[in-house]
Amino acid sequence: MSTPQPSTSPAVFRRDKVFEFLIPKQVEDLDLSHGTALYLENISVNFDGFQAINGLNFYVNTGELRCLIGPNGAGKTTLMDIVTGKTRPDTGTAWFGQKINLLRMDEAEIAQAGIGRKFQKPTVFENLSVFDNLELSMAGTRKLWPTYRARLGSETLDRIEAMASTINLLPQIHALAGSLSHGQKQWLEIGMLIMQNPVLLLVDEPAAGMTHQEMDRTVELLTRLAGDHAIVVVEHDMDFVRALNSPVTVLHQGSVLAEGSMAEVQSNPDVMRVYLGTESSSC
Amino acid sequence: MSETSTTEQTTGIRPQRSRMSSILFILTLIALIIGVSVCNKLPAEHPLYVSNYMVTLLGKYLTYAILAVAVDLVWGYLGILSLGHAAFFALGGYVMGMHLMRQIGDRGVYGNPDLPDFMVFLNWTELPWYWLGSDHFAFTALMILLVPGLLAFLFGWFAFRSRVNGVYLSIITQALTYALMLAFFRNEMGFGGNNGLTDFRELLGFDLRSDDVRLGLFIASGVALLLVYLLCDSILRSRLGKVAIAIRDAEDRTRFIGYRVESVKLALFTLSAMIAGIAGALYVPQVGIINPGEFAPLNSIEVVVWVAIGGRGTLYGAVLGALGVNYAKTWFTGAFPEAWLFALGLLFVVVTLLLPRGVAGLLKFKRSSKAAS
Ligand SMILES: Nc1ncnc2c1ncn2[C@@H]1O[C@H](COP(=O)(O)OP(=O)(O)OP(=O)(O)O)[C@@H](O)[C@H]1O
Ligand SMILES: [Mg+2]
Repeated sequence: MSTPQPSTSPAVFRRDKVFEFLIPKQVEDLDLSHGTALYLENISVNFDGFQAINGLNFYVNTGELRCLIGPNGAGKTTLMDIVTGKTRPDTGTAWFGQKINLLRMDEAEIAQAGIGRKFQKPTVFENLSVFDNLELSMAGTRKLWPTYRARLGSETLDRIEAMASTINLLPQIHALAGSLSHGQKQWLEIGMLIMQNPVLLLVDEPAAGMTHQEMDRTVELLTRLAGDHAIVVVEHDMDFVRALNSPVTVLHQGSVLAEGSMAEVQSNPDVMRVYLGTESSSC
Repeated sequence: MSETSTTEQTTGIRPQRSRMSSILFILTLIALIIGVSVCNKLPAEHPLYVSNYMVTLLGKYLTYAILAVAVDLVWGYLGILSLGHAAFFALGGYVMGMHLMRQIGDRGVYGNPDLPDFMVFLNWTELPWYWLGSDHFAFTALMILLVPGLLAFLFGWFAFRSRVNGVYLSIITQALTYALMLAFFRNEMGFGGNNGLTDFRELLGFDLRSDDVRLGLFIASGVALLLVYLLCDSILRSRLGKVAIAIRDAEDRTRFIGYRVESVKLALFTLSAMIAGIAGALYVPQVGIINPGEFAPLNSIEVVVWVAIGGRGTLYGAVLGALGVNYAKTWFTGAFPEAWLFALGLLFVVVTLLLPRGVAGLLKFKRSSKAAS
């Protein structure tokens, strides 16, 4: 039996009722009864002799917001590639809940099972409008014939409109995504991710290219989404990570170096040596 | 009802997609079909008279236009640069050709009621199994869709599942059509070798040499183009069409939001091959022959050039390109037969450099700049 999600209504937006769809739907096999959304154990990835991930163990609880930091090349993006099926690890196991073995699935199946992802380099469909980008991402059928027959009902339009206003793109809703600024594309991709309504969100460097104001809104949005969704955020901007105010995992050379609150991690001598030491000069 | 308030609220964001270009295209096509039919019936000395030669020529161009739409569907919207679509066209043509051969009956040179002349010539005594059923029109019609469709499905199944993309895929499609050409050149294949299939007489009891039947085939080609256009347009306007564009622009991203890229590609590629098969089947009775030359790799490349010139990514652009380039070709090969390929190459280079969206892009630009002023 699968446990229902925490019943707190998504406080993301005021019009709660419209946003019932934002409570993740349980996929049939998804079993979160032990309170853990993601289990990565003993994962190793070798790229032509380069050990990108090295015996990594990483767990994410349901509804948790987790920050993942680490110097360039630490393997953060590769970790997301493994979870979403883009890269197959050489060793190790990856489970989504108790029952879903991610290593047996391809990208589309993993996405349909409830794992969504925002890329490091914002990737939106440039030749489609903001509206179309959100429509395609919206949770729902992915089968061919129903996709062909899909019609835009008023409920769908409401969802898209609400999301566009949440990500501040309502005025540009019919503009081509390719015409947006870098920060706006980041927002659009976050919007697409939320429209997918995944159980687990992997967010790779959401703050890059954003103004401080935009960052504050992103922090607010991610914080509100946590609870109903498990979220892993990769970010280099330490102010942003601090603002998220949640557990931090430090990755270094493909394995976990430290875990804990931001304050704990910052005072960890290993971390200071390999990572924050180089950053602190700029802070 | 509360419905009304929601609708009022949301009409603001419902995308208003202009159907102007589609309507304009459909009306023009209908006008062309009717106009040519009427003018063909005028007395020969009338200034608006359209000759029978011209009717058949236009009918042939229309089948090319259908082929161009098929290529545009997969290249313009899905990003699959197929350099082998002439193979599907030729297969549809061969299926039709087989039926037309069987219609000759015992009126061939050798007077054999069961075997086409070329088989008698090869001293064959019975019809190969794959010719069975070709005397029935309904079976033939089905095969016109199934043969190219099945080949495309098998090809796509392996190519798309192993994620063969870009240049590699294009090269394999060229290899596919080349291999088929070599196979069809062989007499033992049972498709008439390098002479192909010809000397057709009748289709559904109508004499293919009669002027009315030629006009009928022209009209059938026009109607087929219209239906194919409507089908493709309905797909491209649907969410599935947006998924296609998403795949074209960012295939991986499309996977990560849960769409099965291989299935979309496979379905549209197969559909496109079937459309190409229909075009080939309409082409053969109008030109009166089908031979392995139709599989020539260059033919497939030419189709891509029509689409590029007309405007990749707009259906009417593909039609414009097919009609325009082929009209130019007919004129050019009459005036300077040697220079055609150079002229086509030059046209292609000029269009790619100056009009990346083809002639259709030019029309669009004109319209939007008019709207702006
Ligand atoms: N497909 C690949 N082939 C070869 N090497 C790769 C591949 N993908 C990643 N790498 C290498 O693996 C290492 C880890 O890369 P990864 O992108 O996971 O780092 P990251 O922690 O996300 O870094 P950044 O903060 O710069 O984004 C890097 O050295 C990278 O060059
Ligand atoms: Mg990275």
